[in-house]
Amino acid sequence: MNLKKWFNIRESLQMLTDADSSSDRYRLFQRNIRVLMIVLTIVPLSMMALINYHQYQSSLKKEMIDPTKLLVSKTRHSFEFFLKERQSLIKSISYFYSLNDLCDEQKLNHILFILKKEFIGFVDLGLINGSDGTQMCYVGPYNLLGKNYANQDWFQEVMLKGTYISDVFMGYRKFPHIAIAVQRLEENGESWILRTTIDTTMFDNLIAAMGLDAESDAFILNKEGIFQTNSRLYGEVLEKFPIKIPSGGHATYVVEKPDPSGNDVFLAYTHLTYPEYTLVIVKPKSTVLKTWYALKSDLFLVFMVSSILIVIVVFRLTGVMVNRIKEADHNREVAFRELQHHHKLSSIGRLAAGVAHEINNPLAIINEKAGLIKDLIEYTPDFAQKEKFSTLVVAVLQSVNRCKTITHRLLGFAKRMEVEIENLDLNELLLEVLGFLEKEALYRNVDIRLELAEDLPRIDSDRGQLQQVFLNILNNAMAAVKDEGRIAITTWEKDANTIAASIRDNGCGMSEATCHKIFEPFFTTKKEQGTGLGLSITYGIVKKLGGDIDVESKENEGTAFKIFLPKKSIV
Amino acid sequence: MDRMKILLVDDEHEFVTTLGERLELRNMNVSIAMDGESALGFIENDPPQVVVLDLMMPGLSGLKVLEKIKAMDPKIQVILLTGHGATKDGIRGMQLGAFDYLIKPIDIDELIIKLNEAAKKMG
Repeated sequence: MNLKKWFNIRESLQMLTDADSSSDRYRLFQRNIRVLMIVLTIVPLSMMALINYHQYQSSLKKEMIDPTKLLVSKTRHSFEFFLKERQSLIKSISYFYSLNDLCDEQKLNHILFILKKEFIGFVDLGLINGSDGTQMCYVGPYNLLGKNYANQDWFQEVMLKGTYISDVFMGYRKFPHIAIAVQRLEENGESWILRTTIDTTMFDNLIAAMGLDAESDAFILNKEGIFQTNSRLYGEVLEKFPIKIPSGGHATYVVEKPDPSGNDVFLAYTHLTYPEYTLVIVKPKSTVLKTWYALKSDLFLVFMVSSILIVIVVFRLTGVMVNRIKEADHNREVAFRELQHHHKLSSIGRLAAGVAHEINNPLAIINEKAGLIKDLIEYTPDFAQKEKFSTLVVAVLQSVNRCKTITHRLLGFAKRMEVEIENLDLNELLLEVLGFLEKEALYRNVDIRLELAEDLPRIDSDRGQLQQVFLNILNNAMAAVKDEGRIAITTWEKDANTIAASIRDNGCGMSEATCHKIFEPFFTTKKEQGTGLGLSITYGIVKKLGGDIDVESKENEGTAFKIFLPKKSIV
Repeated sequence: MDRMKILLVDDEHEFVTTLGERLELRNMNVSIAMDGESALGFIENDPPQVVVLDLMMPGLSGLKVLEKIKAMDPKIQVILLTGHGATKDGIRGMQLGAFDYLIKPIDIDELIIKLNEAAKKMG
């Protein structure tokens, strides 16, 4: 509805060409162009920014998360390897030695000694009877000889699966430990179990080896979500991790969750194959996406700056453009008016010439008839009222003379329409032109000073055109001076080929900028009154006649025009 | 001194007769022709000292008549008269050997001066 009309550029362009010259249509046109240009530039820019935003977001997220995932799975393998190694070691011992060897406390102690020396973390070593679950032999810091394990879960499990790795528990000297147990089945059907305790310093070392930054945290959980290692942020060993980790699967997963203190964190976790531990890395979202946030603000900044730039440029550009159009429209109007004016002038000129010619013939007859009457009166001796007749006829002759002046001037006016080179005296021409301005000069008390060179050579030029030139410049001078101002007209012979005339006034003058522009078509300082063509026509005429025109002006001091004309016509 | 012999050529009867009368009053021997042909015929029979010739006439134009007069006797002086401001014709006339040219209406005293000058040139 209205909106469509509002944006209809074609319609507003149409409006521009309409005769209605309210400044409103330019404003409307300008507004529509601005809105259109801004929409056309900002919309794709915003779309680009949005697409970039999402693209960057997803790819950056990936780039931040993938290394973490890799780290998690690497560390998981380290853990698995560490536990597997310990487990294999115990298993190997159970096979290398016979039950009798291991029941020898001295020998068992020797084995523990070697294990302690070669591997980190071994604390004790014990042998348990497979059939009744009693500790048959033990070396280590506790006195566990004779203890029965038959009812314990781990005992059941090791009897069932052959191996067992425990969760972390607080053991010797309140250090966290794990226990590893393996079952050995003798060929005769008897079974026994070799069990060792390992402190978990190595777990901490493995986690430290991940080389995490200060804001991040990594730890091991058992399947109930109990810390198996210390967490820097969420609790000590054997405490419960407050966030529920989904179970199942052995791949590496990344989830986003709020932590207990309300910060958004990324949890990267993986489940170990055996035992059922879960390795977790916690990274605050802000750390992970730090580069993304930086990029995001950069992106936003670029977007804002370019948007602002676009708006500024669009505004200035359309401003300039619409002004140009306005100017062009105005110039076109002026040119059109000028053309009409010119047409009018030339038809008036032709008409005037015709009328003048037609009137001149009867005028000549009146002149002769009246002249004859005057002659007769003069040649006849005195008669009644001779004096009166004489006065009357002289008045008639005077009126004829006045008519003659008018018709001659009309003929002169018509003549100005065409280029005609004749031999003329510039001084005489200047005086003629001054005749047009005498009245005004008199009324306004303008002092017109003549310094005309007495022996100024005659030149071949166009009288009518030169009249126009000097009339124009003198009119401008009259407009520039105040009442009781001064205009000086000087002529001189410049060189062998050129004569010159200067017209100098003490009027308002012009700025340098104006001075540069006065010969340009359509430049005017008279606003609505001027067409801006006077001096450009003057310039054109002088150039056409092979001459040159020069202007000097100082604001508030006055203006001087100098016109140089060739003695011989070049036309 | 002999009376100056003048031929006035103009198609405007009222103008030419009145002007002739005025010049007669000033002691000149004035003849009148109303068109180019009769003017040329007159000059052939009785050549004047000065011809006052209108440029715009029906039939033979002023410039043509001027050319013929000059061809007949270049010593005869011709003063051109015109009601039109076309300077072109004036210049052309001067180039063809006219003594001077005046725009109507003319001042009688000015004409007398020109006539005297022309007659003096004729000798």
